[in-house]
Amino acid sequence: MPNHFPEILSLLMNNTIFSKLDWLSVILYLALVCFGIINIYSTTYTEDFFNFETLNNSVTKQFWIFVFCISIFPFILFTKPIFLEHLSFVFYGLSLLSLFGLFMFGHTISGANSWYLIGGLSIQPSEFAKIATTMVLALNLSSIQNSMSQKRTLLKVFFIITLPMTLIILQPDPGSALVFMGLFFVLIREGLDLRVLYFGIAFFILFIFTLLFGSLATSLGASFLVFVVFFIQKRFASKTRKTSFLLSLGVFILFSYSVNFIFNSFFKQRHRDRFNIILGLNTDKQGIGYNINQSKIAIGSGGFSGKGFLNGTQTKGNFVPKQHTDYIFSTIGEEWGFIGSSLLIIAFTIFILRIIYRAERQNLAYRRIFSYAFASMLFIHFFINIGMTLGLVPTVGIPLPFISYGGSNLIAFSIMFFIYLNFDANRLN
Amino acid sequence: MIRKIILLAFTLGCSLLFIFQLINLQLFSPNYTELSNNNAIEKRPIYPNRGLIYDRNGVLIVTNQPVYDLMVVPENLVSFDTLELISFLDISKQYLIEKLKKSNRFSHKLPSIVIRQISKEEHASFQEKMWKYPSFYFQKKSVRDYLIPTASNLLGYTSKINPRELKNKTDYNIGEMIGRQGIEKTYEQELRGEKGISFFQKDRFNRIIGPYKDRIFDKNPIISDNLNLTIDVLLQQYGESLLINKRGGIVAIEPSSGEVLALVTAPNYNPNLLIGRERSKNFKILVSDTVAKPLFNRGLQAEYSPGSPFKTLNALIGLQEKVITPETVFTCNKGFSYARGAFMKCHCPIGTKNKLVRGIYNSCNSFFGKTYSKIIESAPSSAEGLDRWKTHLEKFGLGNYLGYDLPIGKKGFIPSSSYYDNWYKKGGWKSSTTISNAIGQGEVLTTPIQMANFTATIANRGYFFKPHFTKPKSQKIRDSLYPKNYTLIEPQHFETVIEGMHQVVERGTARIAKIKDIKVCGKTGTAENFIRLNNEKKQLTDHSIFVAFAPKENPKIAIAVFIENGYWGSRWAAPIASLMIEKYLNGTVKRSWLEKRMLEGSLMDEYAKPLSGNSFTINE
Repeated sequence: MPNHFPEILSLLMNNTIFSKLDWLSVILYLALVCFGIINIYSTTYTEDFFNFETLNNSVTKQFWIFVFCISIFPFILFTKPIFLEHLSFVFYGLSLLSLFGLFMFGHTISGANSWYLIGGLSIQPSEFAKIATTMVLALNLSSIQNSMSQKRTLLKVFFIITLPMTLIILQPDPGSALVFMGLFFVLIREGLDLRVLYFGIAFFILFIFTLLFGSLATSLGASFLVFVVFFIQKRFASKTRKTSFLLSLGVFILFSYSVNFIFNSFFKQRHRDRFNIILGLNTDKQGIGYNINQSKIAIGSGGFSGKGFLNGTQTKGNFVPKQHTDYIFSTIGEEWGFIGSSLLIIAFTIFILRIIYRAERQNLAYRRIFSYAFASMLFIHFFINIGMTLGLVPTVGIPLPFISYGGSNLIAFSIMFFIYLNFDANRLN
Repeated sequence: MIRKIILLAFTLGCSLLFIFQLINLQLFSPNYTELSNNNAIEKRPIYPNRGLIYDRNGVLIVTNQPVYDLMVVPENLVSFDTLELISFLDISKQYLIEKLKKSNRFSHKLPSIVIRQISKEEHASFQEKMWKYPSFYFQKKSVRDYLIPTASNLLGYTSKINPRELKNKTDYNIGEMIGRQGIEKTYEQELRGEKGISFFQKDRFNRIIGPYKDRIFDKNPIISDNLNLTIDVLLQQYGESLLINKRGGIVAIEPSSGEVLALVTAPNYNPNLLIGRERSKNFKILVSDTVAKPLFNRGLQAEYSPGSPFKTLNALIGLQEKVITPETVFTCNKGFSYARGAFMKCHCPIGTKNKLVRGIYNSCNSFFGKTYSKIIESAPSSAEGLDRWKTHLEKFGLGNYLGYDLPIGKKGFIPSSSYYDNWYKKGGWKSSTTISNAIGQGEVLTTPIQMANFTATIANRGYFFKPHFTKPKSQKIRDSLYPKNYTLIEPQHFETVIEGMHQVVERGTARIAKIKDIKVCGKTGTAENFIRLNNEKKQLTDHSIFVAFAPKENPKIAIAVFIENGYWGSRWAAPIASLMIEKYLNGTVKRSWLEKRMLEGSLMDEYAKPLSGNSFTINE
């Protein structure tokens, strides 16, 4: 029997959507998920006696969810992009409905009423709300009537994003709500006043510096910087705006002096603790700093080449909590060492950059904005999750997409990825 | 355009930051590995069973037995039948509650010991009820088992190493057993074997969750070789039974090797008292008995005046220094006047003419007083004479540690010229001043093992092997550890003295020690002794002393017996020594009447005298 496989393959590649598929990101996606499953296996693996939680089936669960994702892949890929676009509001509506429904039918796991339990499966609607919100945001921003310079548009966008966020915060699951902030990058990309970004960064830096060095030092430093920038601009720019400089300086100083008030009255103690741990203002390694410290020990003890698959002592001893979900990167750091963990970071970075690059090539605004939003969402998860395990970002309980255990998260991000692939492959249609 | 690159820049910056932090944590912070190991790996020592101890004939004396610690993990506590448990363990309810609270304070999730060292018998009977107490479990440990409850002072004991010792002994672990006293202490390194290590993986609650890396780093323990004592356990036990209700010591040595056949001290204690749950309670009782001092090894540590057996040494020195010959005759007139107005009493009738042999078997004080004087005064000065005398005695192993393989001992005392120069003034003393040394009173002090050793030296006609308690593993080791120590006395001089000692038993002071068909050589002693009672020097009944060896030719055993306040040497010490010799050489004792008298005889009334507070008579 002659081998027809190459012919069939070439037929597929030449004449169908497969030829236009972004194969690099597909490979990265498959690699990341498989690597994730391997590490979930390691975190739940026990050599002999004493398996005190029945985590054993998380690996199989994650595996079947992966199989499920693969199986819905063709359906999403072969759906007409315009159809997805039209359904945006429907999805958004369903999402909001499901988030509302949680208050009546939701199931509480570790303090957050964020899950539906349906026939043994737990579904987290906030993960799916990310897709819907992204779609509706893309739909709105791509509309010709809307522009980021219009107050009306800004207001709409504000509501689109904060509506699901508010519902999620009320569950309460502030971590999952926080990732919607990733959409800020989409707004910047689509024309939001850049001063918002600059001031945002300035306020962030002021916030941290005030916590570290106090209001007076921070104010003096800020004043010095503002004056330097002012005089540089005076020398090189044709006209300078003295009042705006003075105004922003005043706002900076005012902000710096209100940081402690904000920190102490808007933040809860546990949130303050998380900041204090990261900034080194609190070194309680047994109590509130335990997780971060153990995570750093796990990663640090991995050394250059790691302790090897299934050989992580920190992992086996369950020293790091939630190791198959939020803290999975600490297992990777411990067992795969610097080589493995830096490769993962590089792979993830390439994946995000690839999506940004391909998104920018889109001619149609809706598709570009959706893909860009997908990249932003990935970035914010990547930044917060790995930053947290490395002790750079205060603890926020969110998973690492494609890697962490969690069905809803994997399905939601896979769907977004498949939609991106669909849009990307149909770029010229 | 700047908007397009913002997310790009953030992504790149963020991943650079992460990689920088990875480099920092994984490549430049080596202490994380240690922190992780401290966290997650537990090194647990595996203790080999302590080496077994056999007697010289291969009789097993000391082995090991399991005991059980009752453990609890506070986390697992459920309600249980408190009453049954406390009545079974024989503890108060309060004690149990206190223990459980303490365990919980220590750790909620880690095991703690509730009751230490429950015996295997108690454990067995409790085992069938264990199902009622799911919160508790037993943890096996190994402690000593004394199959033959004997020689406790010689064997020593084991107990847990204390935190103070741990600072110096880094190769020990908390809770490890260490030998205390006796053989257990001297041969600690040999008996403990070599510890193994096993590595375990811990979880975040410090619980063991399994072996670490399939035990590839584990090391098996090495069990030590067994130890063979030189002690004859039957002789040892026999000696112990003979000393019941007496205080004193017996040391028996094989002259041809220096092997100690028996080391008896009385009062004694049962070595099984110092294992198990009651150990510390029992130990306190033993320590607090400051009158009978059961932990005091009289065979090794008690310094007594040697009394008349010491005369044999003076005779030998006299012969060697040629101040007397076997034919020298000294006249005794119920004693003799050694200085103006100073008279040493003797029990010889007036006008007794003694040669050396008769001087020995009659234990004539005058004979040896005169001999001693000649030894000292034949030198250019008394000081030189005395130091020469001391040198001779030192060669018999007196005045210093013998160097045997047990951790305790006393030097005894042989005075030197400088000692007397200090005491009197230089030149202010001579032989007459120190005449008591002639008869083993005065300043001279010896321990029973030193006496047994010089007896062995006489039996050997001029040399001894350092006494020792364990059999060397090979002849080569034996030769290097225990070379012959020669005295400065020529061999021919011994024969006269030995003949005198033989006559002691044949027709002298110790005829009671005579054994049919065995030529016993011996020398009795009766030593005055004093204590301070209410700040007043008070004389007590004399100590009963006997040294002997047998048979006369090719001696197999040399023995020293010391019975505190037993009065005449022939009353207690000589019969006991004789019975020991008979037991050792013949295996059985035929003189059951004598045996019975010694076994049943008690000196407890004598010992009670000075404590009664009433005035008392001595030497009854």
